[in-house]
Amino acid sequence: MKLFKIRGGVHPDDYKALTAKHAIETLPLPDLLHIPLQQHIGSPAAPVVRRGEQVLKGQLLAHSQGMISAPVHAPTSGRVMGVGNYPAHHASGLSVPTITLKPDGKDQWVNNTAIPIDPFKLPPEEIATRVAAAGIVGMGGATFPAAVKLNLRTRYTLETLVINGAECEPFLTCDDRLMQEQAADVIDGIRIMAHALGVEKIIIGIENNKPDAQSAMETEAAVYPDICIAHLPTRYPMGSEKHLVQTLTGLETPARSLTADIGVVVHNVATALAVHDALRHGRPLLSRVVTVSGGAIRAPKNLRVLIGTPVDDLLSYCGGFTSTPARLISGGPMMGQRLPGTRVPIIKGSSGILALTRKEIMNDAVMPCIRCASCVRACPCGLVPLEMANHARVGDLEGAASFGLMDCIACGSCAYVCPSNIPLVQYFNYAKGELTARQRTEHKQAETRRLAELRSERMEKQKRAKREALAKRRQAAKAQQQKKVAEAEV
Amino acid sequence: MDPALVSGPHAHGATSISRTMALVMLALLPATLFGVYLYGWPALNLLLITVASALVAEAACLKLAGKPVRPYLMDGSAVLTGWLLAMTLPPWAPWWIGVTGSLFAIVVGKQVFGGIGQNLFNPAMVARVALLIAFPLEMTTFTTPSPLFSSDAPGFLGGLAITFGSAPHIDMVSGASTLGHVKTEMSRGISLDAALAPVFDFMTGFIGYMPGSLGETSALLILAGGIYLLFKRIISWHIPVSLIASLLLLAALFHGIDPDRYIGPLVHLLSGATLLGAFFIATDLVTSPVTAKGQLLFGAGCGALVFIIRTWAAYPEGMAFAVMLMNALTPLIDHYIRPRVYGRDRKGEPLVYESKPEPPA
Repeated sequence: MKLFKIRGGVHPDDYKALTAKHAIETLPLPDLLHIPLQQHIGSPAAPVVRRGEQVLKGQLLAHSQGMISAPVHAPTSGRVMGVGNYPAHHASGLSVPTITLKPDGKDQWVNNTAIPIDPFKLPPEEIATRVAAAGIVGMGGATFPAAVKLNLRTRYTLETLVINGAECEPFLTCDDRLMQEQAADVIDGIRIMAHALGVEKIIIGIENNKPDAQSAMETEAAVYPDICIAHLPTRYPMGSEKHLVQTLTGLETPARSLTADIGVVVHNVATALAVHDALRHGRPLLSRVVTVSGGAIRAPKNLRVLIGTPVDDLLSYCGGFTSTPARLISGGPMMGQRLPGTRVPIIKGSSGILALTRKEIMNDAVMPCIRCASCVRACPCGLVPLEMANHARVGDLEGAASFGLMDCIACGSCAYVCPSNIPLVQYFNYAKGELTARQRTEHKQAETRRLAELRSERMEKQKRAKREALAKRRQAAKAQQQKKVAEAEV
Repeated sequence: MDPALVSGPHAHGATSISRTMALVMLALLPATLFGVYLYGWPALNLLLITVASALVAEAACLKLAGKPVRPYLMDGSAVLTGWLLAMTLPPWAPWWIGVTGSLFAIVVGKQVFGGIGQNLFNPAMVARVALLIAFPLEMTTFTTPSPLFSSDAPGFLGGLAITFGSAPHIDMVSGASTLGHVKTEMSRGISLDAALAPVFDFMTGFIGYMPGSLGETSALLILAGGIYLLFKRIISWHIPVSLIASLLLLAALFHGIDPDRYIGPLVHLLSGATLLGAFFIATDLVTSPVTAKGQLLFGAGCGALVFIIRTWAAYPEGMAFAVMLMNALTPLIDHYIRPRVYGRDRKGEPLVYESKPEPPA
């Protein structure tokens, strides 16, 4: 199929050979699971179990609340040890509300109430409802509740479902393996999603560094004429939603809009598999595939892991470290975040656990900018990173914004190519956060001012009304008196 | 150790300032070696003294500014500045030309602005222009080629005498650069053809066997170095192509109108600093615009100014002036010419599609 060019991008060493040939292994049942209540974008789930309660595999632990949220389920049968706080799978290392579960080893399923029937006979709303109930979120790492995206058809005219199998981050091979090993299920999940969205056209984008996944998916999709497999050039950030859509359709998503504005919805391959499991087997999202890799890992692997498994368990299953890693990363090396420790649990959005060596991160001393414009050429969004950083560095956030700060997708291509090793993304994250905080303060002030003005207006009105009433009463009294006087005179 | 909170990417390409500088020096090497071969020991002396004094000046300035000396000195930028300056000097110039030039380049051209990355003007060109104005005689006395180890070439000691001798060397066989010769002859009323005939020949110009600056004469070797830099993606094609194109277009236009008064495009291309300027000087990363469109404009401006200065100004060569004038415009170009932001139109407003899908009623 015809592909369209996108601007910028980089070609990082992909290191995928470390795990690309390793079939997915299932991690043995861990001793303890820590299931955070918020593993998605939106409001955290509200717990429905109490300490000491016995739960079965697949049983609801916490229900979603609000428009954008997702429930969490028990990944295996066992006893709830507590509902409290536990360090999050997040760079901050802060504790977040978490349910701790001690598996009983029976792995006993809860009685399935949702009878699996042919999903293509279900109305689209019902599919979205079941996907929401299964706690499925975007599994490429964004963790946006999948059902919300499936419901976009009510607000937009949709034409195409794009499946993101680009996996452009170095090291990661979990989607690659899924497409090779479970192509039929993935394709089924994709078709169910297309049915839910009411779209005819399906494009699956897979980068050319995954020829086995391409051919496996092509074989499975051959019987469906409306599915097209696009062979994407290997280039980071091909998997960025808006850039993937542009590569496939030639359409640029307008700023501050969704791809749905141009009729396209994008889902990840792992999400498609989760949808298949939910609709065909009535299974909620309980596990995911994680790539454990990096130069400091003794035996890199792709593992199917229960949500809530401590990172420690994955690392020891892979033989531990060969050397102290220079950095422990969750996700890919380009956009992933640093993990504060190995106690933290795997969550729905964890695509990789990487223990990188000093050589792999190549973190040299920062030098001054030499205006070489490598970052300008590498930016897929048409920004001028060096100017943005210059302005952010001295606190001129409006200046940084004038070069497109808020359009930055934080892909890190600029920092990757910078010969001076300037931590550009760090500057941008700081500036974005600071700018948002300032805008929030401004908004708050404006709102306070508005309310205060409204109040004084209201008070003024009340006072005026009182005064008028008083005046009226006085006038009436006066009139009465005059009347009385007149009567007396008569 | 890393700070606790550190943003991605947790990977980095094999790029560094020293790698960039080293590649540029590698690209300069063939033309430099040819220059040294062509003009002998004095040329080598001048090159070494210029580079060494650039390094000393840089170290002294860093020390004075309280910056760490080693990492900044090792980034290679001072060596490259000295090297580039030496390439544009008459090969038999006395030692103090190199030293003064390097001091100008590093102290006035670079460190006064705040060091690497901060300078508005190309340091080597600042020095060259300063030298040209202060020492016009030394800066325009070129020597005819006398290849190393040939019979009429000065030996090692002779070379030292030329570079470090107190008086101008008497035996020096002086020649004029092509552009200088033409300018002088034409000012005496001699026709262009007659002036050009004894000094310009395509093959000589292409290979570079003629009087000129230390590293500017060989079009072939400079072109090879420039193409290597393009291939290595240290520079992009925009500045060299637009610079050469605008110079050639103007030259062709005027030469077409009056071939007796205006030098043809080929002579422009192969003489003076055209190619060295197009590939190595105008493309200086620090002082040229950062966007592709800005670079096209910058290059075209340089080309036009070179033509104007060579044709109508008092100086036979104008590359240094042209580049510096355009350097001054770089902040302005970068302010007005920016890439289009993804999902936005040129004015910065979000894109609007005419056939925007309407939500179903």
